[in-house]
Amino acid sequence: MSLWLLILIPILAAPFAWLGQQWSRSAPPWIALGALSVDCFLALLLGSRDHAVQASGHGAWLVESHISWIPRWGISLHLGLDGLSLILIVLTACIGVLAIIASWAEIQSRVGLFHCNVLLALGGVIGVFLAIDLFLFFFFWELMLVPMYLLIVIWGHAERRHASFKFFLFTQAGSLVLLVAIVALALLHQQATGQPSFDYADLMELTLSSEMARWLMLAFLIGFLVKLPAPPFHTWLPDTYTEAPTGATIILAGILAKTGAYGLLRFTIPLFPEAMSEFTPIAMGLGVVGILYAAVLACAQTDIKRLVAYSSISHMGFILLGTFAGTELALQGAVMQMVAHGLSTGGLFLLAGALEERYQTREMGHMGGLWAVTPRLATMALFFACASLGLPGLANFIGEFLVLFGSYATQPLMIILASLGMVMAAIYSLGMMQRTFFGRQQDSRSVSDLSNVAFGTVLFIAALQIWLGLYPRVVLSTAQPVMEQLARAAVALPSMSHPPSESLLSSNRTASQGTTP
Amino acid sequence: MILQDFIALSPILALGAISLVTMLAIAFGRHHARIAVFAFVSCLLTLATVPWAATAAPRAVTTLLVVDGHALLYMGLVLTATMVIIALSYRYLNAQFHEEEGVEEYYLLLLLATFGGLVLTTAAHFVSFFLGFELLGLSLCSLIGYLRTRRHPLEAAVKYLLLSITASALLLFGLALLYFESGAMTFHAVGAIVKQAQSVPALWLGGLILVLVGIALKLGLAPFHMWIPDVYQGAPTPITTYIATVSKAAVVALLLRFATEVEILELSPVVHLFSLLAVVSMVTGNILALLQQNVKRLLAYSSIAHFGYVLVALLAGGPPAAEAVTFYVIVYCAMSLGAFGVVTVYSSEGGDKNRVEDYQGLFWTRPWLAAMLALSLLSLAGIPVTAGFIGKFYAITAGVDAGLWWLVLALIANSVVSLYYYLRLFVTLFSEAATSATLPQQETVQRPAFMGWATVCSLGFVASIILLLGVYPEPLIELIRHSVSNLLMVAVQKP
Repeated sequence: MSLWLLILIPILAAPFAWLGQQWSRSAPPWIALGALSVDCFLALLLGSRDHAVQASGHGAWLVESHISWIPRWGISLHLGLDGLSLILIVLTACIGVLAIIASWAEIQSRVGLFHCNVLLALGGVIGVFLAIDLFLFFFFWELMLVPMYLLIVIWGHAERRHASFKFFLFTQAGSLVLLVAIVALALLHQQATGQPSFDYADLMELTLSSEMARWLMLAFLIGFLVKLPAPPFHTWLPDTYTEAPTGATIILAGILAKTGAYGLLRFTIPLFPEAMSEFTPIAMGLGVVGILYAAVLACAQTDIKRLVAYSSISHMGFILLGTFAGTELALQGAVMQMVAHGLSTGGLFLLAGALEERYQTREMGHMGGLWAVTPRLATMALFFACASLGLPGLANFIGEFLVLFGSYATQPLMIILASLGMVMAAIYSLGMMQRTFFGRQQDSRSVSDLSNVAFGTVLFIAALQIWLGLYPRVVLSTAQPVMEQLARAAVALPSMSHPPSESLLSSNRTASQGTTP
Repeated sequence: MILQDFIALSPILALGAISLVTMLAIAFGRHHARIAVFAFVSCLLTLATVPWAATAAPRAVTTLLVVDGHALLYMGLVLTATMVIIALSYRYLNAQFHEEEGVEEYYLLLLLATFGGLVLTTAAHFVSFFLGFELLGLSLCSLIGYLRTRRHPLEAAVKYLLLSITASALLLFGLALLYFESGAMTFHAVGAIVKQAQSVPALWLGGLILVLVGIALKLGLAPFHMWIPDVYQGAPTPITTYIATVSKAAVVALLLRFATEVEILELSPVVHLFSLLAVVSMVTGNILALLQQNVKRLLAYSSIAHFGYVLVALLAGGPPAAEAVTFYVIVYCAMSLGAFGVVTVYSSEGGDKNRVEDYQGLFWTRPWLAAMLALSLLSLAGIPVTAGFIGKFYAITAGVDAGLWWLVLALIANSVVSLYYYLRLFVTLFSEAATSATLPQQETVQRPAFMGWATVCSLGFVASIILLLGVYPEPLIELIRHSVSNLLMVAVQKP
């Protein structure tokens, strides 16, 4: 039941945030902040309390909650928390706080409704990270879209309608393909056992013909890659990120993109390890293409938010690489990269939003020389630019390094190409710094620097970056049991001598048995 | 024996008797509010007899009618939807009519149409089939033209009349051909001939296809959909709601029984015809809906697409198909009542609010009304927490279960297209009111925001159904499974 609280706290707080508008203008953000901090605290509590249980070999999940929902289709309200979900829920709360701080000054109209939508979207995301019944997962997966859509379409910039339509149509198309695959899986379970089931554990036991597995894996992949996004499904991203209000962009880039990666890790690998491994070269190829292509485009941008948006696609490519590489190290790197990218992009978008708010433009050509005017903003921008280009000592470096290091053995050529992405990252990140903060000042307006609250929040995120950069064990050891299982699922895979069905079964068994010894 | 028959037939008998009483009541004294309440209560009373009838079901009453769980479930749906529509009609008629014009017959016609609908749900014989079909069609025809001094309703009525005649003609000819080949008029006996014969007689098949075309015309499946947008747009909005929900639900109930007892899905030409109809309906409905600037037309085209989805579910065959179809139709009725209900209520405040621009910024001026429309639209688009999502899930599940991959893919592609126009209307609700549109709107703002308790209750009821089915569909699923097993069992038991 306590897991339901994690989802229900933001969702139930949402109407209060809306109504809070009547009491005072600052009530909605405070309510939202309060709900998120309680949620974050609760998640940490749940995560820490039951580590002992996991060590004793009780089960794969730290905490689990199971209630029957639609027995006709074997659908249940099944939630489970493990290291991976814990990390991502805490990340969600942190990024949520960042988004609310970023919107404090920017959102002037209908403040209550804005924060109501933010809370609903975050509630949906937390549901995605907790659901282990596939129908329930899909339910939350869709649920977060509508408030997100409203955030973009009501508070976004000039081209918001176009951008929000694109966002919704792309993600929805991907989701429906995913839905068909989920339904097909449940029906395959019905064929095998006479009873349909959407439950993660039941579906893991399923033996699929390799052709079926291939098709289903492809459908899952499409659903998740659209969210991630990897080329060629990425075209919705730059428009959406640019047109959304800063708070929504931070949520989109920081968390929503992670749901795609989470789906890959949580569902695609364990359910179809074999088909995944067959698809590895193509997927990693997509990852590398994403890294390089987006990096090249990022170099060419003049709009600061678009630049960050493309850099975001580029960094998500590393997650794709790490996910498909299949070694424990690379998987750990992918998780680390998810956290690090969330923090660094969140910070960068906050700063880009702050610049836009002050100068009413996103064109870097109209900026320049701002270091003298807004020193706090400039310093923090430099910090996050460095984080984003992967400076050692910061979290992004750990993530990218682990991904590259962990997958070099299997795909050396791809990794060499992918590391070029890090070089490119240096070019566009420093280019951005050069064009906005250094050089001759284009705009002589004197504007205020970051407010104390915003500065404090950004400093906090920066501190997290440094902390995770120097001491990544926090994330790595929390994610380790899950990643070990995934890596085992990937390794136990078919060498030529095994008949495929047998090896599939055995890999499933190890995965479903749960804990690490 | 006889008593049991009467108990089983009680909903139909009750509504028939009440319609007569209503007619007398109108003859004795015209009073709009009284007759409206009377009509509402009579539907409620009829609905109350449904559980009583269930004690005698399943039962074949003469060869004409079969009262079973399937029929009773659809009766419940038809009566509930009629009640919501009556509740919404009162204010609409008040706004559209002057005092001296008689509006009371409207309710009488509505009850008669529903009576036809009830007959259709139980029909198992050509005679009851045709009688129900005509009763529904003719009553609707006069209802569509009820605003007799306006141009659009009259045009729509003429169109619907022509359609009705065409559908009846095709249907009669088809039934005649079926009778010619099989010498029987009950669905079951007509189906039996095919099972005995080595090959399907060509005339029999021709007759069957004519009958199906007649049904497709009533359901508005493309390419027999031409009447839908005009009639939807022209008819008084509560009647549009009625056509979209009650009339279509009754015809689907009939189609399901017909399909089960004649076992038409065993015949490959019929399957091909239905697949074609499904794809064409989905594509035509959705593509044309993209172009609409009129809310009623937009919903009209979307209804064509939705019945395409229903066909996909139907084609899956067997118990899952009947379940999915019934579930989808119930859900569709709820969503349509919601969407058209908002148009009705909003139009009740003076002037038909049909254009998309009329809804600009509605959320900021009339939040509850807009929220209701937004909920219905999300449901039509199939977003979770709403009934529409579970409905679409059910249809997809039935399709995947039967391995109809291409149809399922078509369904998905069309769902994505449909999102575009639902979202467009959805966004309009939240966008700032345009300056040109504010002038007439200020007039409405000055009207009391109070909507009338009947409106609030009925829309609230529909909204709670949409949400409840979206979150906890299990009880309804169980009910439908029971009724479907009933339908299939009756079909099997007969000699």
